[in-house]
Amino acid sequence: MWEYTDKVKDHFLNPRNVGQIEDADGVGEVGSLACGDALTLYIKVDDKGIITDAKFQTFGCASAIASSSALTELIIGKTLEEAEKLTNKDIAQFLGGLPREKMHCSVMGQEALEQAIKNMRGEADTKAEHSHEGELICECFGVFDEEILHAIKENGLQTVEDITNFTKAGGGCGKCHEDLERLLAEAHGETAACATPSQASSHPAEGMTNIQRMHLIESIIDEDIRPALKADGGDIRLMDIDKTSVSVQFSGMCSGCPSSQATLNNLVQAKLREKVDPAITVVEA
Amino acid sequence: MKTIYLDNNATTQVDPAVFEAMRPYFTELYGNPSSIHRFGGQVGVKINEARASVAKLLGCRPDEIIFTSCGSESDNTAIRSALNAQPDKRHIITTAVEHPAVLSFCKFLAKTDGYEVTFLSTDERGRLDMDEYRAAFRPDTALVSVMWANNETGNIHPVEAMAEIARDHGAVFHTDAVQAVGKVPIDLGNSAVDMLSLSGHKLHAPKGVGALFVRKGLRFRPLLVGGHQEHNRRAGTENTTGIIALGKACELAAESMQTEVTDVSRLRDKLESGLLAAVPDALVNGDPDSRLPNTTNISFGYVEGEAILLMMDQLGIAASSGSACTSGSLEPSHVLKAMGVPFTFAHGSIRFSLSRFNTEKEIDFVIENLPPIIKNLRKMSPFSPGKKKTACFRTGSPQ
Repeated sequence: MWEYTDKVKDHFLNPRNVGQIEDADGVGEVGSLACGDALTLYIKVDDKGIITDAKFQTFGCASAIASSSALTELIIGKTLEEAEKLTNKDIAQFLGGLPREKMHCSVMGQEALEQAIKNMRGEADTKAEHSHEGELICECFGVFDEEILHAIKENGLQTVEDITNFTKAGGGCGKCHEDLERLLAEAHGETAACATPSQASSHPAEGMTNIQRMHLIESIIDEDIRPALKADGGDIRLMDIDKTSVSVQFSGMCSGCPSSQATLNNLVQAKLREKVDPAITVVEA
Repeated sequence: MKTIYLDNNATTQVDPAVFEAMRPYFTELYGNPSSIHRFGGQVGVKINEARASVAKLLGCRPDEIIFTSCGSESDNTAIRSALNAQPDKRHIITTAVEHPAVLSFCKFLAKTDGYEVTFLSTDERGRLDMDEYRAAFRPDTALVSVMWANNETGNIHPVEAMAEIARDHGAVFHTDAVQAVGKVPIDLGNSAVDMLSLSGHKLHAPKGVGALFVRKGLRFRPLLVGGHQEHNRRAGTENTTGIIALGKACELAAESMQTEVTDVSRLRDKLESGLLAAVPDALVNGDPDSRLPNTTNISFGYVEGEAILLMMDQLGIAASSGSACTSGSLEPSHVLKAMGVPFTFAHGSIRFSLSRFNTEKEIDFVIENLPPIIKNLRKMSPFSPGKKKTACFRTGSPQ
């Protein structure tokens, strides 16, 4: 049983500003059904740059609903500049605190606001598209290094458990815990130990015939990639190989999963580049 | 506010008759059953009566019952014993839907002691595949551990048939029957089951007492060493009040077995069909053709379980959820995950587990008051049907 404050209970049982704004100036969508919570925030902004109205729709637990409700209460009447300074801590404080394990609900609120403002300014779509230059750290919940670093700095996080509580990263299979340790060290100014990239000039597929290459790609998908996807209830099919272009199809949990693009880049492509040929590009058929 | 308690797979009310039976053994008859004097010795007699009651409910011999402190201790003891008694065998077969007392322990054994573990999968109803099971055996399979009934869905597994297959392969067969004992008839005298775990507080005895059936003649290695109690099979001064309570609870369970099958299952069916009729996009998780009479696990699409539970809590209705948020972990129930229940439905799953103490009036109250809660939460959700496409279905195509 969670220890929720009376304010959390109140905002859960009597949430303020539930609904949609048909002619919203900005919309921000974060989270997904698969992740267990999701929030869509609508904002209406007048010509003086003041947020005149905000509404939300949330799928999630009591603290997710309460955090969304609190967010709308906090931003209505504020200028965009003021709203931009809002942090997840402000949301949690407004509610008289959240259980540590539920802090990610307040982070979700802050991210939705950020997205809605970007969307309003025409800088982004309603749904966050991660710059894939960032590094995907947690494959289970699709969390990138930049979000984690942001949460560490914003909230002074000290442990892997903290990171999971605030961003969900590391809350699934747990295999990214080492990466999280590295990010903690990085954020706290220590020199993170970096793996030296392989200096080998040749790549494994050099000198292979086309057929040999195809077999190698097939076996790497079977042995290295598929088991990782299967562990999360997904699957992959090799559709076509044309020189260095490999086309695949996801199925099961992976099809339509919000982090499937990241899986494609960071798992499938990275693995094939490492084990076959650095020139390989992988596309979804 | 009166509590409507529909969480009996988590724990049960101590039956008042059970409480009466154990009461004198706290302040009046508090002797140690191992003592030479009559004051202690009379408690030892009571313990053996309790042993006989447990044995009668299970259809086994009293000397095949070892009292423990809980279901998890029984499970741990059984698994360790089977492995330690057959040091050359390094393989375990279990299922992906076991209770953590077995599942996490097997994973622990794999990690720390190098055992190889096969986790049997299930289909979308949570049913095991007997061909997969038969194919899993190896010459070095020491142990099979399969739960009799699943705590989350109520699914009953064909353990008796599975035990015979294990016997044919020379492997020890253990079953975690914590959810089954007292709810479905069990007759160990006519089965190939070698070890069975049960827990008192799931059948109207108090928390802190359990039992392990060990078939006579089976090689046994104790977990707790350092005392002669339970014929050297479980050291430690007996939990006399708990054991006496468990004996009484087993006696009552035997008497009320018929009620479980008729009255409790009728109320469960009424609850289930009432909710399914009133709430669109709801589905039952599990195997309606083979499950406990008291359990139903219903997923309400597009809403999250913790929110449902807390809204129900406002009305005094107690149930549980396979949602991630309720457990403090971030992932939904491993059982629903193994069954391939789509995440959207897994997060909104609610388990109702009844007992003989539930009434028709209570069920009517839930059927009347839960549907508006779901409707209300769906109004709040960005994913309600028709509003938005839902991705990430494991089976079937996105709607």
